[in-house]
Amino acid sequence: MRAGGITAWRRCLAALCLCLTIAPGFADDFVAIPPLQGRVTDLTNTLFKDEATALEASLTELQRTKGSQVVILMLPTTQPEGIEQFGIRLAGAWKIGRRGVSDGVIIVVAKDDHRMRIEVGYGLEGAIPDAIAKRIVSDIMAPKFKRNDFNGGLQDAVAAISAVIDKEQLPVPEAVPERTTGDFSHGSGDWMFWGFALLVLAGIAHRALGMAGSGLAAVLGAVLGWFVFGSIIMVILGAVVAFFGSFMRGGGYYGSGGFGGGGSGGGFSGGGGGFGGGGASGGW
Amino acid sequence: MRFRLVALVVLASALLSGCGYNQTQINDEAVNAAWSEVLNQYKRRADLVPNLVATVQGYASHEKEVLTRVTEARASVGGINATPELVNDPEAFAKFQKAQSELGGALSRLLVVTENYPQLKADANFRDLQAQVEGTENRITVARGRYIQAVQSYNIGVRTFPNNLTALVMGWKPKANFTVEDEKAVSTPPLIKFDQPKPAQ
Repeated sequence: MRAGGITAWRRCLAALCLCLTIAPGFADDFVAIPPLQGRVTDLTNTLFKDEATALEASLTELQRTKGSQVVILMLPTTQPEGIEQFGIRLAGAWKIGRRGVSDGVIIVVAKDDHRMRIEVGYGLEGAIPDAIAKRIVSDIMAPKFKRNDFNGGLQDAVAAISAVIDKEQLPVPEAVPERTTGDFSHGSGDWMFWGFALLVLAGIAHRALGMAGSGLAAVLGAVLGWFVFGSIIMVILGAVVAFFGSFMRGGGYYGSGGFGGGGSGGGFSGGGGGFGGGGASGGW
Repeated sequence: MRFRLVALVVLASALLSGCGYNQTQINDEAVNAAWSEVLNQYKRRADLVPNLVATVQGYASHEKEVLTRVTEARASVGGINATPELVNDPEAFAKFQKAQSELGGALSRLLVVTENYPQLKADANFRDLQAQVEGTENRITVARGRYIQAVQSYNIGVRTFPNNLTALVMGWKPKANFTVEDEKAVSTPPLIKFDQPKPAQ
């Protein structure tokens, strides 16, 4: 009887393991989203260093004056996905453009596929409607790409995009662009606040009531975990953190260090802009 | 007395969030938002049709059959009252879906036919319209994908324990989603056939 139970468990476990190993297998079929390291990402080694630097400079200048983020990705292929599917997946991962303004543009060039796409964020769909994006793709980029002048096509495309964005009324960019691009999600703010409050309370409770206070803090942590984050894991975590946190001298002063995160390390990152599939694609 | 009242309120709210009531409300709103976006993009496509048909007619007036089919499909799409409640009625949802995919099919056939008319293809107005139709089709795909995800998390919420008990009491039902066949049709690119009627020139 017992052995049978164990076999059943093993089967379940084996099935679970199988599921876990198969699931990533599906994801592997698609081209992985490259990490966002700068405004120009060239995975095909097509652009010379100074060309990429020049592109990067004009894109940085655009963000400084208008606040909009425009980035370029050159990669060999997006197969088996179409460039549109890849583009929206990329947009979801990179989150180019300011949060709430969604003024981001991504230029994707799949060199071996001879396909390109301009992915336009929600906030710029008025400035760069599909028809304009299509003209930039087929009238500006494609002719130069045909002659293998990728740098020229991209420079002209960036100039054209900058020109239309320049005419658009957008929120004024903040003084230091690097700070505004930091991706501080609402979640991390909540974490900080609740974690800090919890640990201060736990420390006070422990000092006032001893072990009973720590227990009370654990309950409070659990309740907080449930109401603020709404998941069982956070309930347990909240209880544990509050219980042990209560022994710490000064409570929150030391404890809150474990929470938070999510800031940018001074490099380039997406500001949290949204995309809805606007833009245009084309070939050369 | 007062303490009891407070305790009762705390308990009640704890139970309410514990049984998935809040989460279901959040998911429900996410589905509504995603569905509105789908409708929005379908509307955008339908709005493009009259202009497109008029432009194509100027150059390819004897492609009557294809043009008529687009116009008819557009009319039948317009005839369905696309309300947010549609997602709660699988039958009406399926009907709506069928009408939309017919319009999509008719449109893509129209765009294939236009390949035979170099003058039409060179027309600036037509090029812009074509870009808009393509862009809108892509937006529809994105909006549908997001709707599918929203419905998935709503349905998982409503069907799993203990939320399914709450759903039973509240009368929440799983919401209609795009079927797998639909998805297949959407994700496979249309087959382009070259046995089209001969060009006008």
